[in-house]
Amino acid sequence: MIKQLAPRLLGPLTLVTMALTFWLGYFVTPPDRVQGQLARLVYVHPAVAWVALYLSFGTATIASALYLWRRTRSMSADRVAHAAMEVSLVFIALTLATGSIWGRPAWGVWWAWDARLTSTAILGVLVLGYLALRRANDDPELRARRGAVFTLLTAINVPLIHFSVQWWKTLHQGATVFGASRSLKIHGLMAWTLLISFVAFSLAYAWLVRARYRLELARERATNVSLERALADRRAEGGR
Amino acid sequence: MRTAVLVAAKDLRIELRSRVLLWQVVPFGAMALVLAGLALGPARAGHSDAAPGLYYLVVVLVVLLMVNRSQGVESTPGTRASIATLGLDPAGVFLGKTLALWVELCASGVVLLAGSVLLLHISLRGSLVALPSVVVTLGALAAAGTLYGALTSSANTATLLPVLALPAFAPLLIAGERSFYAALHAGPLLEWWVISVVALVAYGAAGILLYGVLEES
Repeated sequence: MIKQLAPRLLGPLTLVTMALTFWLGYFVTPPDRVQGQLARLVYVHPAVAWVALYLSFGTATIASALYLWRRTRSMSADRVAHAAMEVSLVFIALTLATGSIWGRPAWGVWWAWDARLTSTAILGVLVLGYLALRRANDDPELRARRGAVFTLLTAINVPLIHFSVQWWKTLHQGATVFGASRSLKIHGLMAWTLLISFVAFSLAYAWLVRARYRLELARERATNVSLERALADRRAEGGR
Repeated sequence: MRTAVLVAAKDLRIELRSRVLLWQVVPFGAMALVLAGLALGPARAGHSDAAPGLYYLVVVLVVLLMVNRSQGVESTPGTRASIATLGLDPAGVFLGKTLALWVELCASGVVLLAGSVLLLHISLRGSLVALPSVVVTLGALAAAGTLYGALTSSANTATLLPVLALPAFAPLLIAGERSFYAALHAGPLLEWWVISVVALVAYGAAGILLYGVLEES
């Protein structure tokens, strides 16, 4: 019952949590004492970055590892990895865009050669490379294998991006929500809004990945059907 | 290990006979160094703080050429099939190709270092201090390059190598440049060395584990 209902609820739940985030973040929570209205980006940027870096790459890495391990090898794992990587590109672009919108008034520039910004942009280029690699290989098995290896190699960048703010003390701030002592640095309504934004964007991610997976499945089926039809036509021509 | 030595010896023998490194890659690297100096401007090319960065930029371009070359020698019809039929251990093949590429890169790296002393006026003493870190960084680049080269080994994916490999080379370029800069200015070398060593080990381990998957038919 839940298994059948959950995918159907994904879309409406995403819309509800997104609307709640917007309402709380824009109308209910107060502006920041120092940054004013600009601080409202905190309800978008960290959640989008969480999806882009951790959720997407976590999914893609696990799916790729499952594909590469002979016992669990299946085209479903490859489809999940592909969908996760494609959706991650959207979220990486959103992360960079929202960061840039915040950076202009806060730092005075749209782009800074900051360790986290640069490493995130590099990750975006790597995901573009992944998509190009998939398009360049026609054989589905070879495409899946190379894609899986490349995903595992690309995932090495994620811890690099995560710790970049600690290793290289450049412009981007360190941990925002939790301090070094693991104590919450944001409280009250703002903390709840932030939490809801994380849920909303995670649901949006799951919704998009599911849609991309189904699209890929439909494309594969359509290719197979047209191939079978072409073969049947050829056979019919031969019989005449 | 025996497979690695056999493959490395084969690749180096091909290089010795064809002399592609000597007549094509090293002249390209020298030309790129001259262009790097011209890009800075004749008045600022000598004794510039940008010299270590320019050196590594040229090295990365040379690595791309050499990786293409290293995979190119396997692309003649039947070579991959022969290797598969011989039952060579893929991890050994990876290590052998990495080792050969490392040796070739070290040869080009030393020539380019001499070129940097001559053209960009970096100190000879500083260059000698930087040499061990250059060797380690070149090893990491060779391991990463061999892995990315195998990913793009077929004819219609060869042009993808720069797009896939350059972002992966970026941290190595930074670590190499910083350690070179530290060697020239007597700064702390160790922290940048560590990045190159970790990358060498990580790419080496990834190659040993994954090269076989890429070579599967």
